[in-house]
Order: sequence, then C-alpha cells, then structure tokens
Amino acid sequence: MSATPIAPTPVSPTTAHLVGRRRSARKRRAGRVGINALALLVFVVMVFPVYWMVSTAFKTGPDIFGYTPTWFPIHATFANFGDAIHRQYFWRDVANSLIVVVAVVIISLVLALLAALALAKFRFYGRRAFIVLIIAVQMIPLNALIIPLYIALSRAHEVNKLSGVIITYLTFVLPFTIWTLRGFIIGVPKDLEEAAMVDGATRFGAFVRILLPLVGPGLVATSIFAFIQAWNEYIIAYVFLSSPTKQTLTVWLASFTTNRGTAWGPLMAAATLTSLPVVVFFVLVQRKIAFGLTAGAVRG
Amino acid sequence: MAAVESELAVSSRRRPRWSRHRIARGVAPYALLAPATIAIGAVLAYPLYLLVRLSFERYGLFELIRHKGVWIGAANYTRILHDGQFWHVVLRTLAFTAVNVSLTMVLGTAIALLLVQLNSFMRMLLTAGLVFVWATPVVVAVDIWRWMVDSEFGVANWTLTKLHFGNFTHHDWFVNPWSGFAVITALVVWGAIPFVTITVFAGLSQVPDELLEAARIDGARPFAVFREITLPLLKPIFVILASLSIIWDFQVFNQVWIMLDQRPSSDYFLMSIYSFFESFRISEYGLGSAIAVVMVLIMLVVTSFYVRQMVKAGEVR
Repeated sequence: MSATPIAPTPVSPTTAHLVGRRRSARKRRAGRVGINALALLVFVVMVFPVYWMVSTAFKTGPDIFGYTPTWFPIHATFANFGDAIHRQYFWRDVANSLIVVVAVVIISLVLALLAALALAKFRFYGRRAFIVLIIAVQMIPLNALIIPLYIALSRAHEVNKLSGVIITYLTFVLPFTIWTLRGFIIGVPKDLEEAAMVDGATRFGAFVRILLPLVGPGLVATSIFAFIQAWNEYIIAYVFLSSPTKQTLTVWLASFTTNRGTAWGPLMAAATLTSLPVVVFFVLVQRKIAFGLTAGAVRG
Repeated sequence: MAAVESELAVSSRRRPRWSRHRIARGVAPYALLAPATIAIGAVLAYPLYLLVRLSFERYGLFELIRHKGVWIGAANYTRILHDGQFWHVVLRTLAFTAVNVSLTMVLGTAIALLLVQLNSFMRMLLTAGLVFVWATPVVVAVDIWRWMVDSEFGVANWTLTKLHFGNFTHHDWFVNPWSGFAVITALVVWGAIPFVTITVFAGLSQVPDELLEAARIDGARPFAVFREITLPLLKPIFVILASLSIIWDFQVFNQVWIMLDQRPSSDYFLMSIYSFFESFRISEYGLGSAIAVVMVLIMLVVTSFYVRQMVKAGEVR
C-alpha cells in the first residue's frame, strides 16, 4: 500500500467527466458515490503514514514486532513515550531547539518588520532590486552553502555553538518573512493611518496604534513560519553541532538508530513528540502561509 | 552598505531643494532595510563568494586546520568533469527531479480538482488530512517511511504480499537502488502533494464560475474546459509551483541521507549528497565546493523563471 500511495488519483478526470455529463439522477448519484469513495481513498493513503507513526507509538513491543501488523493499538501504552523522553540528551536537545527557535523567531520578526515597512511604505531607489534579491536569495540551494558556512564558522571558532546555527537559520527565514509581511502591510488601507495622523498622531504613533494591531495576524503567521522552519531544520544543525549536548531535536531524532537495530516504538513516540508542536502551530497558520506564497498570482 | 549610500546620494542629487523632513523620508527606507540586508549579506553573500573561491582551492583536513586553502585553479572542475561518476550523479539528479516534480504536479493538481467536486464535509476531511501530512517534519516523515518499508516488520511488505504482488517477506527495498529510489520518490511526492494541492485549490476557487459554466453550455468536455480555461488562468500559479518543486526536489538531501542511515552507498548519490560526501566524509572541501557550484549554476536557470513570475505577481498589487 505504502509503495504506491499515489496510484488511485489518475482516475479523477474520469469522475469529473461523469459529473460533467449529468445524464440522469441515478448516474449522478453513482458519480457522487464514486467521487466520495475516491476522496476517501486519497485521504486514507495520504494520512496512513501519519496514523502509522502515532499508532506504533502507542503499541506494545509484541504488537510492533509481529509478522502480522496490528492495525490498532489495542494494548495502548505510554511506555514508548517514557522510553523516548528518558533517553540521553532528550531534554538537553529539546532545550537547544527551543533556544534556537525563540531566538530565530524574535530576531527575524524585528528585522523583517523593519524591512517590510520600507518595502511597503516607501518608494525609493533600489526597491525593485531588493525585492528581486530577496526572492532570488530563497532559491540558492541551502546544501551548496553548508560547505563555505562551515569553513567560515570554523575560522571564526563558532562551530559547535548555537549562535552559528541561529544566524544561519535567520537568513534562510528572513526573505520569506519580509515578503509575507510586506503583503500584510500593503493590505492595510492607507486612509486609516492618514486619518490618525490628521487627528494629531505622530507617524510613529500611527504605526503603533493603527498599523501594528492590523498587521498582528501577519506577525503571528510569519513567526509561526519561522518557528516551523527552525524547529524542523536538520542538515545545518547536523553539520554545525557536533557534540550531543549541543544538538537540536531533529539531529537527536535522526541518530536514533543504534547498532543493535532500530527501536521502532520509542522512535515513533519520539517522532510524534517532535511533530506535535509543529502540527499544532501549522494547523493554526496554514491558510495564511499558502496565501502569502502566491498572493496576487491570480488576477481575479 | 556603500552601495546603499551612493544610491542615496544619487536620489538626493536629483532633488536640489531638500528639507530636513525630506532627508528623513529619503534615509528612512534604507535605514529600515539595513539590518536585514546585513544579515542576509553576511550569511548568504559572503558564503556564496567563499564557495566559489573554495572551488578553486585544494582544501583538505590540513588546510582546514590551517584555515587557509591552496589555490589550484580549475583543477577541481577538470577533475569532476572527467569523472564518470560525476556525470552519472548529474544525470541521476536530473532524472530524479524530473520524475518527482512531474508526479507531484500531476497528482497534486488531480487531488485539487477532486477537492472542487466534493461536498463541504469531505472537502474538510481531505484538506485536514493534507494539512497533517504537510505539517509533518521531514526528518519525522523519513523515519515513518523507513519503518513502513522495514524489511522484517514493515507494514508495506506484509500488505504487498497479502495483495499477491509477489513474496515481499523480508524484502529489503534498498538493496536495489531502483526500488530504493522508488521508496524515496514515494516519500518525497507524498510530502510535497499537500502544498501543491492546497495552492492549486486556492487558485481554482478564484476562477470565475460563469466562465466554466459558459464553456460547459457551449458543449465543451470537462478536459477541454480544464485545458482551455482553467490551465491558462492558473498558469502563473503552476509556474511558481513547478519552479519551487524543481528547486526543492533538485536539492533533496534529508530523505536520502536519513533513509540510508547517514551512510548511503554511491548508488544513491544525488548532487547534494555527493557534494556533502566529498566535503564532510572525505574532507575534500574544494572538490565538494566545485560540485556545489555546478548545482547553483543549474539552479540559476530554473530560478530566473521563478523570480520573473514572482516579481510580476508582486507588482500586481
């Protein structure tokens, strides 16, 4: 099943075709059922891996290591979670991840807000060039820059320090946050601010009282984006942070396999714990991120 | 920063009569942009320069300790260009990217078209499922798929055997690189579909209904409606999605690296893995940099399309 999770979808043109014709009520109902069945199949295939992770996390050893899969965690247990969080370095690495994430979110938010204000509120020489720059910069393969970044950090004796990782993440997060925040700021009607200034507010006062609250959702969305990026990143942390006490959660997770084979139960429990904060925040913000990436791409 | 200042000089020269307020207005945007520009410059521009320089140097363990490379001209490039394995890796990477991007775009669009047909409950259910997949961190996703295709207790082998696709008991998917890459492709495409689907769906909902209705009344078949109306209208979105997918799939690293226990055999080398391996496994940083430079150059071609489209999209508002 998992090897071909994508097989069922090519059917959809056929079903669309069924709906398009609308010959009779009976056929239409058959089409509806077909479409819903197809949608359910797509849903099951897409969600199954995630389900399999969570259900494995709650299973007992014999249920995991059985030659016939146990589809539901009938003997549900928290033992795997206990095993995972009591492993060496787990809490240390959770703390490291949090430090990195909080630093990246705060710094990137401040820098991006300033830059986005400049791009949204001012017409100036070099504005277009800067926009092209921040879009182009996102396209530089991250992997290609690991080597020079590592060399530069090792020259500055910053290898194996969280600060090096924080600065690096910051830069990869910044272009997107600037771009998205710019979109949000443009969305605020100019009249509002001008009205406040007519009423005697200073430019800064208008910014704090009018613009900032209205851009609030944008700030939340972009900070969660930065959070997710920093929380999920693997290669940079893997290369830059060599000692286990300095590593982040993803590096800890990726090195879960020991020489004696993989402890799938605890690994899936750890994976569940790692994804949890991301999933929660992601669900909160998903619409806004999708919007930001393609804002204005379709002229309605 | 010097460039910014000279730009400022140019702009202020154009307006001879400037008041204090005018100067403030003129300086403000540059002052606001400065911190972000410095950060981006420090971590992107300088390393990019360093990358190019390293690619012309011999930079091994000795040089790493000495913090200084030895200039050897284009030797790294001639070495990789005459290396059969390098060309193999380039072709493999291009093929991998082509397959993954095509599958992602076709399946992602197909599911988006399916979403449009659904009633609101089913649509919400499927969207929720997609968002969960989208939110799954890559490292976690790799671990899940590694577990599903585990040779002994993996659910994939059991299911395929039960469905009479053959005897998959104790089948190791990674002995043969073709089947190994099939698993990796499934994983990459699975993870990439939600973004494409949800974005295309958002685009689809902006296509005016009257247009589709009119075409249908004129007797156009559903596929013709899609090709003649939906596709041209959504072209900007497709260009952006395809470019992003190419950029992401071209530099796939984690999925291969972690899937194969952080020590993939050379059959599994993609350009990103190859460059990483040359640098951090056998300490040939110069050679690894040369490979990375080739990667960046290939990427530049794709990027130019994407940037053009994004700038256009941004200018609309």
